Amino acid sequence: MAGRAATEELELIEVGGAGGADRGDGGWGPDEGGAPAPPQRVYLTGIWLALASILMFFTALVSAYVVRQGISTDWAPFPLPGILWGNTLVLLASSVTLERARRLMGRGDEDAFRRWWLGTTVLGLLFLVGQVVAWGQLASAGVYLASNPSSSFFYVLTTAHGLHLLGGIAALLYIGFRKELQRASVATATTAAAAYWHFLGGLWVLLFGLLNLRG
Amino acid sequence: MAEKRSGLVAAGLAVSLVVITLSTVYFFLQKTWWFPEPISTFAETVDEQFVRTLIITGIVFFLAQLGLGWVVFRYRDRGARAHYSHGNTMMEILWTTATAVMFIGLGIAAERAWASLHFQGAAPGALQVEITGKQFAWNFRYAGPDGVFGRTDPSLINDAGGNPVGLDRGDAAAQDDIVTPTMAVPVNREVEVILRATDVTHSFFVRELRFKQDLVPGMLIRLHFRAEKEGTFEVVCAELCGLGHHRMRTTLQVLSAEEYEAWLREQAEYQ
Amino acid sequence: MAEAHAVVHEAPTGFIRKYIFSLDHKVIGIQYILLALAAVFVGMFLSLLMRLHLVWPNAKLPFFDVMTPEQYLALMTMHGTIMVFFVLTTAPQSGFGNYFLPIQIGAADMAFPTLNMLSFWFTFLAFVVMLAAFFVTGGAPISGWTGYPPLSALGQIAGPGLGWGQSLWIISIAIFCGASLMGALNFITTTLDLRTKGMSLMRMPLTCWAWFVTAILALLGFAVLLAAGILLLLDRHAGTSFFIPGGLVVTDQLIPHKGGSPLLWQHLFWFFGHPEVYIAILPGMGLTSHVLSTFARKPIFGYRAMVYAIFAIALLGLSVWGHHMFISGMSPYSAFAFSLLTMSIGVPSAIKTFNWIGTLWGGQIRFTAAMLFAIGFVSLFVSGGVTGLFLAQPAIDLPLHDTYFVVGHFHMVMGVAAIFGIFAAMYYWFPKMFGRQMSEFLGKLHFWPTFIGVYAIFMPMHFIGLSGHPRRYPDTTAVQFLGALDDVHYFMTIAAFVTIGAQFIFVGNFFWSLWKGKKADINPWEATTLEWTVPSPPPHDNFHGHYPTVYRGPYEYSVPGAEKDFIPQNAPDGAGTGAGAH
Repeated sequence: MAGRAATEELELIEVGGAGGADRGDGGWGPDEGGAPAPPQRVYLTGIWLALASILMFFTALVSAYVVRQGISTDWAPFPLPGILWGNTLVLLASSVTLERARRLMGRGDEDAFRRWWLGTTVLGLLFLVGQVVAWGQLASAGVYLASNPSSSFFYVLTTAHGLHLLGGIAALLYIGFRKELQRASVATATTAAAAYWHFLGGLWVLLFGLLNLRG
Repeated sequence: MAEKRSGLVAAGLAVSLVVITLSTVYFFLQKTWWFPEPISTFAETVDEQFVRTLIITGIVFFLAQLGLGWVVFRYRDRGARAHYSHGNTMMEILWTTATAVMFIGLGIAAERAWASLHFQGAAPGALQVEITGKQFAWNFRYAGPDGVFGRTDPSLINDAGGNPVGLDRGDAAAQDDIVTPTMAVPVNREVEVILRATDVTHSFFVRELRFKQDLVPGMLIRLHFRAEKEGTFEVVCAELCGLGHHRMRTTLQVLSAEEYEAWLREQAEYQ
Repeated sequence: MAEAHAVVHEAPTGFIRKYIFSLDHKVIGIQYILLALAAVFVGMFLSLLMRLHLVWPNAKLPFFDVMTPEQYLALMTMHGTIMVFFVLTTAPQSGFGNYFLPIQIGAADMAFPTLNMLSFWFTFLAFVVMLAAFFVTGGAPISGWTGYPPLSALGQIAGPGLGWGQSLWIISIAIFCGASLMGALNFITTTLDLRTKGMSLMRMPLTCWAWFVTAILALLGFAVLLAAGILLLLDRHAGTSFFIPGGLVVTDQLIPHKGGSPLLWQHLFWFFGHPEVYIAILPGMGLTSHVLSTFARKPIFGYRAMVYAIFAIALLGLSVWGHHMFISGMSPYSAFAFSLLTMSIGVPSAIKTFNWIGTLWGGQIRFTAAMLFAIGFVSLFVSGGVTGLFLAQPAIDLPLHDTYFVVGHFHMVMGVAAIFGIFAAMYYWFPKMFGRQMSEFLGKLHFWPTFIGVYAIFMPMHFIGLSGHPRRYPDTTAVQFLGALDDVHYFMTIAAFVTIGAQFIFVGNFFWSLWKGKKADINPWEATTLEWTVPSPPPHDNFHGHYPTVYRGPYEYSVPGAEKDFIPQNAPDGAGTGAGAH
């Protein structure tokens, strides 16, 4: 069992591998009455591709932002709520706790893994709550979605990011609470979730930086 | 039997390709349907580049279609083995280079005409005409004797009340502005057009000038042309603007200098 | 740590799991093809109504009394949208690609079968939402498949159909974006990770390369369209001004929006829109290479160059979107840059064309129905492609933009060449998919009127475009110079009738053969690729658990010294026996 676990780890490191050329069965196991489970690396390839697409999506929004600001005579920047800085720290902290969880899992400490994993989830939720608070603060200051192009983009970018993060939280909860996963190994699932989560953290830093610099 | 049938099909393909190619080339050479006569030097430059492109693409089209027809007929199944080959790198390099040179060369040759229209502004002393597109009519504004366009405001736009472009008659410069539903320009005079739209995107198209430009709400676009032949030419809308897009049509008259002045005086009376 | 080697995706039982919510890529592929078939008939019907109206504007047509201009524009919008999205983006890629990519690379299924099923049902939902636009108050939108704001953003006030019809259109497309992104993810992962032993990338059939690169374009492009659609919806319903400038007056009413840019939409839309047309044609190109090689009994001429050309077309395709915007008010300097890049796409396209002809040269051509359509593809792609060279030059685009010249151009490449790719795929793979043969006689009967017919419909469009006939005109009576072109409209409408009529030969053949067609062998075309080594139709996991090992490239036909004139990819070295399964 330990030997096979080691093979699984090796597989995870291999990115975009030789397409099964080194394994006689093309990475598939024998037929056990139906199509066998696909090799673990597909989940990692899949998540990288998903991230490429999400990046494209946000690139479209950001370039719209830059263009709209450039041609605009009606752009009115507004002060960003201070809580956003706190939210940023919370999200970055969640990346740290997520990595700690993965390290603990690698050492076989399931209980500690679950504690730190769910801790990450809590921090993620805290971030989202903080974002909603920020929106509430803006609304009481009279800054809404349609008030001004600058606020329109603020709400669109933060909502889009927040929704993606919500999806990430759902994935974290699913992995954290299930005793056994259907097709992906827990190692693969956590790696994929980690890539997604760190990506959204990095994306938030970029978006937040943009909103601060360009107003 | 199979051979005879495949011979028929192959012949059919080859013949169809020949017919399609020759008829297409025929109609292009005959200019059965063609651009109308150009009325400006710019239009002639566009036409020259068009013909250059037509010759090159025509040759490519002709050779490719007939080449296809020939190989399809010549190499129909006759029971032997095909010639085993994975390709010919030298040929690949040759035809790739030739194609690249031709196509990119054409693209660079096209730059002159485009540059003369877009990379430089109107010549000094050009007659200025403001063109406003709206659902579903064209309006043209001349600055009048003072040579200055008066102030407009969207809130003043009132079709029913006879103020389609929202002219502020209270503004001194606007007093002598002339707004007309048709356009007229003097022959051989550079004209600068200032294009704007008040609701959705439209496009000003005069075939004989080979002139087309979108009118974009929120933008003021300046272009220029110089009509060198007198006549009356149709102006149509070339960007989908709603249910009346097809009837957004007016005329451009190119008149002698005296006739133009007379026209302008006449239009001034309707203001 | 417990590993997940649990067997999932067992052979399903029960009608629902087998045919409705199936995880099997083969069933999903057929579902997509059937969806595209339904969509193409809706799309053709819409265009037929349009053509009838153009020549008989006062006739009472089915579903309409006398057609109004806005109804024509709604038909035009929906025709374009349905054809581009639900036919050309669906059948070649999601339909045939789903069915054959896994088999051609020696895999049991796609990498993510559940995601695959979801992507079909979301596409289906998108189609339903799109059709719903016909039935809401105000009807379907009239702003074209390109949906330019402000017209598409202002709502009902700017015209009929621009209320709920337009919003449903945007929502449908947003759902379609999500479905396509899911599908693209699956295709790329499958190609990268699930190839069987010996199936290196450079031994993949060109169909697989085409599906792979198409999926990359989709992954990047649809994400941008989704962003644009969301912003447009917000402008329409949430009072934002991404695309709507200030100071607009519509029917004497001042619109309260401020400062948006109609050009911004065009940039976002066409950044997606141009790769989209390559998404529509690349699978057909891959298929044409595949079919030409099979029936010329020759390896594809210049396999490597073909692969590089596919990549070059895709890469350049991502960089040329501005050629749709030469007249738009965009910077004329960037117009020139876009122009040169666009002219460059002609180069890999020419390479492919020469290589197709080179494949046929020296061959022993068998004129099956599939082959006829593949040959037709080459001819139509040449015709459609060369007119692109005119439009790619901004100065020449000046008189031709938004005329029928453009309509002729894109119909030739997309509306006909790509459709011929779909037909060729259908005739070629029907035996494998359904275990029965389509009638070759009816296939040929279908080909001739279709081939001549599409030339008769779309070649004349170039000519009336030269004469300056603008596009998207419901009627031509208001413009004097259009009167001279009425005869051409008659000709095109008659040709459309005949050509559409000929399509019923195909439909009849298709459905009749499903039940009554001659039983098909495992390899009726004596072809080399892996799908021809498995039963017709293939078992649930494609290979009965015995995944093949690949020893050679995909197009080893007429190898000197070999016993038969084809060697399957999975035949061991030195075999040359041409036997089906190993």
